Amino acid sequence: MNQIKKLAGIIWLLLGPASIYFILRAAMHEIATKPGIDTVIQWGVFVVIFIPIAIGMSIFGFYATKGEYNH
Amino acid sequence: MPMKKENKIWQVITASSLGTLIEWYDFYIFGSLATVIASQFFPKTNPTAALLSTLATFAAGFIVRPFGALVFGRLGDLVGRKYTFLLTLILMGGSTFAIGLVPSYESIGFAAPIIVLTLRLLQGLALGGEYGGAATYVAEHAPAGRRGYYTSWIQTTATLGLFVSLSVILFTRHSLDIDPAISIAKFNAWGWRIPFLFSIVLVGVSIYIRLKMQESPLFSKLKSEGAISVNPLKESFGNKENLKMVLLALFGATMGQGVVWYTGQFYAQSFIENVCKIDFDQSRTILIWAILFGTPLFVVFGSWSDKIGRKWIMLAGMFLAVITYKPLFKGLLELSDTETKTEVVAAATIKIDSVAIPNAQNFVRTIASKNFFTDGTELSTITTDTLYANPVQTTVKPVVKISKVLANGVYWKMVLIVFIMIVYVTMVYGPIAAFLVELFPTKIRYTSMSLPYHIGNGVFGGLTPFIATLLTTMYTADALAGLQYPIIVAAVSVIIGTLYLDSKINTKHD
Repeated sequence: MNQIKKLAGIIWLLLGPASIYFILRAAMHEIATKPGIDTVIQWGVFVVIFIPIAIGMSIFGFYATKGEYNH
Repeated sequence: MPMKKENKIWQVITASSLGTLIEWYDFYIFGSLATVIASQFFPKTNPTAALLSTLATFAAGFIVRPFGALVFGRLGDLVGRKYTFLLTLILMGGSTFAIGLVPSYESIGFAAPIIVLTLRLLQGLALGGEYGGAATYVAEHAPAGRRGYYTSWIQTTATLGLFVSLSVILFTRHSLDIDPAISIAKFNAWGWRIPFLFSIVLVGVSIYIRLKMQESPLFSKLKSEGAISVNPLKESFGNKENLKMVLLALFGATMGQGVVWYTGQFYAQSFIENVCKIDFDQSRTILIWAILFGTPLFVVFGSWSDKIGRKWIMLAGMFLAVITYKPLFKGLLELSDTETKTEVVAAATIKIDSVAIPNAQNFVRTIASKNFFTDGTELSTITTDTLYANPVQTTVKPVVKISKVLANGVYWKMVLIVFIMIVYVTMVYGPIAAFLVELFPTKIRYTSMSLPYHIGNGVFGGLTPFIATLLTTMYTADALAGLQYPIIVAAVSVIIGTLYLDSKINTKHD
């Protein structure tokens, strides 16, 4: 079980940058499709709030790969 | 537990729960009355006012709530739980009451939306500080083996706050005049202020009760020993041992809990109203009944978690949501689909009105039709378009408003479906306060548990209606496309929780 936890940690580690990529891509696409200050604010808020969360996911994955959550 | 101690814990629960319920009520009435508030303070014709409206919607929920968790969490770990969550209550109650007093945009211009935005941000800040304080306060009074049961009363407050807000709004909307149409018009003009002003009465009672309460015994003990944290933020998030538990709480529990909570209540109501096209009152009373039947289950699952642990009840709720959301929402669509019902053709009515447009030869035409079905469902369709003097010209996109009033049997079937979703909410939310409290040491508990809770509930959960609607506009052929977001987020949380959460109750910090 501990081995599975460590291996799954790689997925969480990579999910962080993958999420950042997807949210930036979605934000740029939405702003380009519906230009306007409303769209910029909405997606600006999402980017600002989600990037730290995505970094948190990578840190979580890093800890998992190091066996910090092993029982 | 001796009788005196038992009485004391109930006083603690009453004082904490009442205040938290009022804070949720205050926060939700703004959201529930968003359309009316927008017309009063944020006219769409003015781009700056519309911009402030967007800020009020997004910033209050997603940035200010977690920020409030940090500000008040730190304060709660430094000066104590009692005074901190008393402060959040005063801040929330004062802001809500003040919103009810702000003159409209028409009266004072730009000052109106700016004041309302400021007050809304204060509401978000206060909410961010309230929950962690109330949950911590109750848990620190409760005996170790009964934390799930006692904190589950705090867990009922978010849903009951929604229930009270919907009930007060519906009651006010229909009680301002004998004629329903006039009553609704009065409500939209000035009656919407009543639910905001009413808050001050609730807050006053709650402050009086809370003032009489003592500080949490565990925090008092720490303070008397001089062992309180000097820098709760640094100890919570700068210390690896604690940070890893904050991250686990977020990704393995509160993230999934947030989306299940918002999908089962807010998105379900929005889906019934906007996708199924059920009328304003019925779309709300369906949720009200489901909440009323479901609320006792918060206590059932909270109490059960004292016996079998928190993990599997929370994860089972998320798992059931992941595998059944699509059939449940499909059920709502099918129940409201008039294409599959048999129409009583002879009963159908149609009314056409045309009003001349001043200084033009064109007319605005309104076609109001009513169709009746054998199961008792009524379908109202109002189509508005322009009749041009030049016959070649036609309205490109007529405005069509559809509203269905369900017959009794179908209505209760919808209540049953929403009730099932509320059961999932109670499973994930009932035990979570005890789970979060037990994860962190007393001296940094308020700070440590507040942040993952408000990111999970406020950000992941609060975004559910927005992202679900966005997905529906991207994949127009699939009315259920919006469910992809809560399903994926809850599924990730189930996997992380299953792998990494401990199924035993955490007694490390007792």
